[in-house]
Amino acid sequence: MWQRLIEEAPAFFGYYNLIFLAEAAFATFALSAVGCILGFALGFLLAVTRRTLAWELVPLRAVAFLFTEFFRRVPFLVTLMLVFFFFQTGGVDLSVFTVALISVVLIATAFIAEIIRAGLESVHHNQWDAAAALNFSLWQTLWHVVMPQAWKIILPPAFSFFILFIKDTALASQIGVLELTYAAKVLNNKGFSAALVFGSVLILYFALSYPLTRLGVWMEARLATRRHR
Amino acid sequence: MGYSVNFGQIVEYIPYLLGGAWFSLQIAFLAFCGGMVIGLVGAMAKTFGGPVLSRVTHGYVVFVTNTPQLVQIYFLYFALPEAGIVMNSYQAVLLGMTVNAGAYLTEIQRAGFTSVRQTEMEAAETLGMSLLQQVRYVILPHIARVLFPPLSNHYILMTLGTSMAAIFGVEELTGRAFNVNAETFRSIEVFSVTAGMYVVVTLVASIILGIAGRWLFRAKMRFV
Repeated sequence: MWQRLIEEAPAFFGYYNLIFLAEAAFATFALSAVGCILGFALGFLLAVTRRTLAWELVPLRAVAFLFTEFFRRVPFLVTLMLVFFFFQTGGVDLSVFTVALISVVLIATAFIAEIIRAGLESVHHNQWDAAAALNFSLWQTLWHVVMPQAWKIILPPAFSFFILFIKDTALASQIGVLELTYAAKVLNNKGFSAALVFGSVLILYFALSYPLTRLGVWMEARLATRRHR
Repeated sequence: MGYSVNFGQIVEYIPYLLGGAWFSLQIAFLAFCGGMVIGLVGAMAKTFGGPVLSRVTHGYVVFVTNTPQLVQIYFLYFALPEAGIVMNSYQAVLLGMTVNAGAYLTEIQRAGFTSVRQTEMEAAETLGMSLLQQVRYVILPHIARVLFPPLSNHYILMTLGTSMAAIFGVEELTGRAFNVNAETFRSIEVFSVTAGMYVVVTLVASIILGIAGRWLFRAKMRFV
């Protein structure tokens, strides 16, 4: 095994393979980053919807609740297949990357909505009441009172969810999105040793995810010390 | 265009899919038990082991938690045969999930170990408790209360994670959904029924775990 690895390594780490892997790594990163940013925006809307009190909005709240509970309890692979076949049978011609992106947004929305909901709940109820007594609208309450206190609770778990998703996008290779795992399968099919290919891709994923994990740990520690001041 | 949704063809496959769901739960349970053992050893090595042992454990945890489970299983399944270790797909998936769970559960259990304070142990000693009594009445109740919620949370995530086994041809819930899809071409119906089954299975598991956590360990847990 070792001999084969050493023999193949120069050919494997050739110019075009490295470009190919770099592009694949960028696709992995873009898929999770864009998905999570969109998911954060939509998840925020869902969490705020669930926080409203007006009785006219009861159906909307029910939809928000069902959406978060459903997509948090379905595996990413199944969501991917559902979205894929939904657009295929609907006759909408989308690239596989877009299909994967839509699935990531769906899942990210559900998970981040739950994280933001926990953040909003962490702000003491008196603060909401005080804002209501001052006749603040919902947006004024969120912008001036709740979010300045809640974002420190929301940011660390939201960031670790983003890192979790860099790893989960590996499943997008199943519908043919050219990201790191799919690139590994392509190179393996070209005849390179599986140990070499999958080993290097594991290291690439690690190189992508580990700095972000450290950043998350640093951020969490920093926000935590500020909170106690 | 012009696609009409028809669940009629799927109905006869529902017992087949339910059998897959049961198999998914078994895989998750086995991998979780294996992961708990690895995690317990890992947490002990990290807390009480020497500098070398705790570094090695730390390296294992950091590497495994920062790489995708899917690629880890690919590595076990395709790369290890080059070194002469051949596994069938079920063994590769189970081993991959166990190793992966071991890393996450090491971190979770270590947090439980550090949550028992030194003063509590001293208090127990002052009351004249034997070591066995200390473990039974002080350490275990404390650890169980702190650990039960994150552990049950991880168990649910692992149940969802078993869907990865389908990619390697293991016939659990998602794998069987792929089979039914190939036979009937009723893709949307098959996968929405499968998604519903995952929701029901994990919901039932959360409710049971929530009740158990509240009654047995007085852990603060939500039911849903």
